[in-house]
Amino acid sequence: MLVKVVINGEKLEADVEPRLLLVHLIREVFRLTGTHIGCDTTHCGACTVLLDGRAVKSCTVFAVQAHGREIKTVEGLEQDGKLHPLQEGFMEEHGLQCGYCTPGMLMTSYAFLKKNPAPTEDDIRWAISGNLCRCTGYVNIVKAVQHAAAKLAQGGA
Amino acid sequence: MTPRTSFEVGGMGHSIKRKEDPRFIRGKGTYVDDVVLPGMLYLDIVRSPYAHAKIVKIDSTKALATPGVVAVITGQDLAKYNLHWMPTLMSDTQMVLPVEKVMYQAQEVAAVLATSRYAAADGMAAVEVAYEPLPVVVDPRKALEPGAPVLRTDKKDKKDNHIWHWEWGDRAATDRTFAEAEVTVKQDIYIPRIHVASIETCACIASFDKVDSKLTVWMTTQAPHAIRTVFALVAGHVGLAEHKIRIISPDIGGGFGGKVPVYPGYVIAVAASVLTGKPVKWVEDRMENLQADSFARDYHITAELAGKKDGTLTALRIKTLADHGYTDAAANPSKFPAGLFHICTGSYDLKAAHVEVDGAYTNKPPGGIAYRCSFRVTEAVHTIERMADIMAHQLGMDPADFRKKNFIKPEQFPYKSALGWEYDSGNYAGALDLAMEKIGYAALRREQADKRRRGELMGIGISSFTEIVGAGPSKHFDILGLKMFDSCEIRIHPTGKAIARFGTKSQGQGHETTYAQILAEELGIPASDIQVEEGDTDTAPYGLGTYASRSTPVAGAAAAVASRKIQDKARKIAAHLLEVAPDDLVWEPGKFSVKGAPDRFKTIQDIAFAAYTNHPQGMEAGLEAVSYYDPPNLTYPFGSYICVVDIDKGTGEVKVRRFVAVDDCGNIINPMIVDGQIHGGLTMGFAPALLEEISYDESGNIQGGSFIDYLVPTAVETPKWETGKTCTPSPHHPLGAKGVGESATVGAPAAIANAVVDALWHLGVRHVDIPITPAKVWKLLRDHGVSE
Repeated sequence: MLVKVVINGEKLEADVEPRLLLVHLIREVFRLTGTHIGCDTTHCGACTVLLDGRAVKSCTVFAVQAHGREIKTVEGLEQDGKLHPLQEGFMEEHGLQCGYCTPGMLMTSYAFLKKNPAPTEDDIRWAISGNLCRCTGYVNIVKAVQHAAAKLAQGGA
Repeated sequence: MTPRTSFEVGGMGHSIKRKEDPRFIRGKGTYVDDVVLPGMLYLDIVRSPYAHAKIVKIDSTKALATPGVVAVITGQDLAKYNLHWMPTLMSDTQMVLPVEKVMYQAQEVAAVLATSRYAAADGMAAVEVAYEPLPVVVDPRKALEPGAPVLRTDKKDKKDNHIWHWEWGDRAATDRTFAEAEVTVKQDIYIPRIHVASIETCACIASFDKVDSKLTVWMTTQAPHAIRTVFALVAGHVGLAEHKIRIISPDIGGGFGGKVPVYPGYVIAVAASVLTGKPVKWVEDRMENLQADSFARDYHITAELAGKKDGTLTALRIKTLADHGYTDAAANPSKFPAGLFHICTGSYDLKAAHVEVDGAYTNKPPGGIAYRCSFRVTEAVHTIERMADIMAHQLGMDPADFRKKNFIKPEQFPYKSALGWEYDSGNYAGALDLAMEKIGYAALRREQADKRRRGELMGIGISSFTEIVGAGPSKHFDILGLKMFDSCEIRIHPTGKAIARFGTKSQGQGHETTYAQILAEELGIPASDIQVEEGDTDTAPYGLGTYASRSTPVAGAAAAVASRKIQDKARKIAAHLLEVAPDDLVWEPGKFSVKGAPDRFKTIQDIAFAAYTNHPQGMEAGLEAVSYYDPPNLTYPFGSYICVVDIDKGTGEVKVRRFVAVDDCGNIINPMIVDGQIHGGLTMGFAPALLEEISYDESGNIQGGSFIDYLVPTAVETPKWETGKTCTPSPHHPLGAKGVGESATVGAPAAIANAVVDALWHLGVRHVDIPITPAKVWKLLRDHGVSE
């Protein structure tokens, strides 16, 4: 089946099996490998991308369901050589260690801050609770999201 | 410690930002599954639904008829090359693919090679296997009973399921001390099976070049060099020679010990690539990862502690049954089948101790590896910290006072423990005092007393752990005969920039940053001018890898020693340039100046340029050094953790209200990274304390084999960690550092368990095994007459 999508602003299409998962379309057909896979049960969130602005776990969406829609992945966060405040926050606050969960965390947080630009710590913890991190104990991920919220509030990016 | 270098140079003590991060925050890391090679085939694995069964027949007909399927590989196929069994790191044997029977649920049965990931999965589902179920042994105690079915029928003359007996310490002196003791306590403690569950599962791409006979393997491994040697030793007879094997460990999405062993999937992929001449990718899914990869813990412990009525501890006696599954595939130093479990005297000055461990085979996956904890240290710490608390409560003493009374005192270091370890340095009371101050211990005890009067359940738990890391001195430490040194090779380029390569392999610890900081500290070259590389066996010097918190203690020391060799040569070059004697020069990070004439100096960059353009006659050109560091001793990080819990009488839920962690890991390279390591370690201590467990039903069916029921903590459950530091440098490490990656995982569970028991002691509860689930606590409360 033909799937046409706009991914990080670029129009792309591919002829795929109906059963192909969106994460495999992104990673293996379009070779955008920043989006990761960490489980089989939609728990870990490493594969989180934005589908029409909404954070989805791309391991649980068929590629064909994305037809005609807009996808944003971690590769689409940096604009014109300028890091998104979330990317900056993760680096500044040491919000990542092995880096494997990071793209999913970034995309979940991106969608979250659009909805809730001034979150409390507990808001952030609930928002990222569908994304597992085994390295950081979440402390600095929370700080990274707070960093980004503050920066965005000042009109950054 | 005040940094010696400026922030721009970024030596020790500076929280410089990580050099790894720019690629990770852009999604530009390279993990194994990101690598695609032309013509690559995909491997998927058929796994057993039974925990113990004879394989009657494997029918590949339908699988081979599936579009895209290239081959089905069985144990019979590998047996032709004698590759159906492989050695484990503990010199036991493990099936790559079975010929006769399977020994645990989810064991590899056959492998399917196909042109795509999806076709491989189709083929896997189409392989038909007929099994004849055999009696299953799940409980290691039953495994050792007379008449139990003998599991390892492959081992000639094996008549039972006993693997080994190991004991350490003075049994007679310990028994004598117990006989004379004024007070003793005894407790059974089970530390259940858990799994590291790094968010990236295990994966490899094996690529065999038939023309050159060269095998390249991209692999999720924490120990690439040892893996290369193991491959050469195991597959030498089929033509793999070590100079023609290249292991590349790219970015690794978490390891925690789970990426130390060689799993059958790796070996099958290598065999498949050698046979087909094509690259073969194997990526396990999460369920395979949880169900078949090495587990951690699974220790059935009976511990006894002896002391005097005044609270002075005198002796410790431990008997343990270690469930290893169907083969001992732990990753311990050869000499120590129970790892460093004999650190179990902990932070206390005990005069006598004896510990014995028996290993047993069961119908479970093999392992006994780490869970962010080196070599059974968590088991040891959990035992002694639980026992100390039980004794304190038994005597009616405050657990903090009790610990302080029994701590090894600062002036006793270096301290020889009753079980033979030489602790390098420590100030245990200092760490506990700081933790008590930070959490407000006295006020919490008053609050607890008030709440108890009102019938509310609140507990305060302490864990004052001593770690043992940095394996290790070659006299005692090897894995499969390979001594546990580690290495660093430094090359300073003419323009004063540098590359440093190591035998270790970061899996998130930030080595690219911290190793560069060590060089910056020792040479004054800015960390930003230093490229750190690890994980490619064709370029990096040989080393035993990253696990057991050994990178800073061993490879970090190698970096310091190699840097000092470079400094020695640099001094001679500087002397030549400044036309003075080498002894007339004074070093400060980044330059040599003439004694008494500080304006006459040469920077390390000047010297590097001269090393290639104007070196003294009779001296070799270049500025390079290598060190293979053999540590003189282990390092002994320590700390005191205090946890406050509130327990819901209605649901049995344990809520960690506060958790203060004071760590002492000696001198710190990057405080930001150390704090990050502690946050993560604490979370991996919290997880098994309250959530995670892999158990089995009577038929050997795994419970906890996916993220549906294996409960990795999310940001919501995870406590808001509070951290603090004391600093007691290691006297024998060149940088005074000790290592920190695992401390918190080792120390945290006991603090939580102690807090829970502290909340319930007055009801008559003496112990609760981890994970302390609401169901377990609810039942304890009801059993002790507590209702809502």
